[in-house]
Amino acid sequence: MVVVGSGPGGLQTAYALSRLGIEHAVISQDDTPGGMFRKWPIYQRLLSWTKPDAPYEPSTRAYEWYDHNSLIADEPELRATVAAEMDRTHMVPSRPEMERALAGFAERGGVQVRYGCTWESTRREDDAYVLVTSDGEYRCRAVVFALGVTDPWKSPIPGIDEVPHYAETPEAREFQGKSLLIIGKRNSGFELADGLEPWARQIFLVSPRPVQTATLAIATVRVRYFEPLEDAAWGGGTFALDAAVDRIERTSAGGFKLHAQGTTKPGPITLEADAAIAATGFRTPLRDLREHGLSTVADGRIPALTPYWESTTLPGVYFAGNTMQGAAGLRKNGVGSASGTVSGFRYNARLLARRIAQQLGRRLEWRELGRDEIVPFLLEELRCGSEIWTQKGYLARAVYPDGSTDVVPLAHFLDHCEQGSIALTVEMNAEGEIYPVAYVRDGEEIDERPMSPAPLNDFGGGEYRDALEALL
Amino acid sequence: MANGEDLVETLRRFNLFADLDRAQLEAIADPDSERSFAAGERILRRGMSGSGFYVILDGEATVKLGDEELNRLRQGDFFGEISTLLDEPLTADITADTPVRVLEIPGPRLEAFLLSYPKVMLRLLVTEARRLQEVLAWRS
Repeated sequence: MVVVGSGPGGLQTAYALSRLGIEHAVISQDDTPGGMFRKWPIYQRLLSWTKPDAPYEPSTRAYEWYDHNSLIADEPELRATVAAEMDRTHMVPSRPEMERALAGFAERGGVQVRYGCTWESTRREDDAYVLVTSDGEYRCRAVVFALGVTDPWKSPIPGIDEVPHYAETPEAREFQGKSLLIIGKRNSGFELADGLEPWARQIFLVSPRPVQTATLAIATVRVRYFEPLEDAAWGGGTFALDAAVDRIERTSAGGFKLHAQGTTKPGPITLEADAAIAATGFRTPLRDLREHGLSTVADGRIPALTPYWESTTLPGVYFAGNTMQGAAGLRKNGVGSASGTVSGFRYNARLLARRIAQQLGRRLEWRELGRDEIVPFLLEELRCGSEIWTQKGYLARAVYPDGSTDVVPLAHFLDHCEQGSIALTVEMNAEGEIYPVAYVRDGEEIDERPMSPAPLNDFGGGEYRDALEALL
Repeated sequence: MANGEDLVETLRRFNLFADLDRAQLEAIADPDSERSFAAGERILRRGMSGSGFYVILDGEATVKLGDEELNRLRQGDFFGEISTLLDEPLTADITADTPVRVLEIPGPRLEAFLLSYPKVMLRLLVTEARRLQEVLAWRS
């Protein structure tokens, strides 16, 4: 087994493999742990909360729901490492706090990494993969790539080669008094707009699709969008334009000229700016994997994955970290997974390690429940099962006919569980209501049983107990 | 659609989107709406609620009711609209025969999507009418 990468995805996978007794090597081209959090985000804090004080003690599993940034561990002293670093000026940690917490997890969790070892190319030999690295070759039956979505990516717009990428953004003071064109209206575009508003004279954000303000309203990332969107709404010098860009030209004065067609409001748009940045996103640094037949999604930026995060086309090639969003899950009611952030992929990584252990023929320890223990156990999961609360409608708590229980990807459960198995999720509908859903395998069919929402999200009452009893 | 080919160019070739100009296609071609499935994997499951509307970008799939094969779906075909529009559970399984990629319009956004692009709605309606005609012809 080889794990490539020492960001949160690589560290979490390596930790989980170690605790299962799976021998593996971890290699990383970086010199220190932390992955993208060693340098990004540029101006702002992270996007997800960590609450140092919460209804549960930081050393407990139930606390994980209140801390979306720490890696997960069996040992209480390795839990909530981000909370311990926070200076409490904000509910979301700063980049240096996150970096320190990851380094602390790697050190105290005993995650051994060969730093400064760059994966350069890949070879297939019989049923094995050979990773050619700057320190020699690694031969392995399975490999977990935890590479992040960290390679700058530009959309195919004529003239965009002249425009620096977000990753090349110069010092803020260089934008003083200038007009700035930002291609892209997603998180990184608004991060720059928010960070540069105190400096720039005018900011134009341009991309074809409108900002989903209704979705943003209840997302932690809204803090990045607030000020630029407010400024745009009041005509204060920031513009958020819905337009498909035809081309970008350099001007004789050294600036940029944009030619576009409006989408939400049709019509030609032409504008000039002193500076420009392409905040068009990132892609996974896949090196030669596509030449070996790796299938991708999202304009080739992310690997296409099975529900257990294995390549859909390259058996034995797994992905961890935020590339796990390549396994989209069911997306019921349009609700996506949390696999693109630490909060979600930390749980995926633990399941992935167990999956790999099973495929290597290792015997896993399963918790087994007696008949009378099942309903109280499931009610407790509905109260504080952080896997199913964080990965809504994506990860499920399964109980099998022999009483054994585990967390599984819901999509996998629905297609592969045995007769009489049940699974429990927490889900969300288009109206934002949160409610439990049970799934029961009945012959060839899956019986989907949604339960009612509760005003305080308390699913411990008689109605839920009765619904769970009825499953058995 | 080959890996990495422009999503806009792919959508432009489909009958469903034939009336849209480039700016409109770019607005629809959100790379984050692309979903991928391995050969043999189920794309949609009978009895499940909360699904969406899907257009096949690449690959082939089969509509099944138990072991009975109802229909084959190919590049440019779409599915999921009936359960989404009626807000009812899916009535059949859809399974990928090859690696399949689809463009997804989530269920809660389908109405707004169709109202934003009436020409797409008209083409969808024509396809539904043809399907109904085929069923009626078969029954008579």
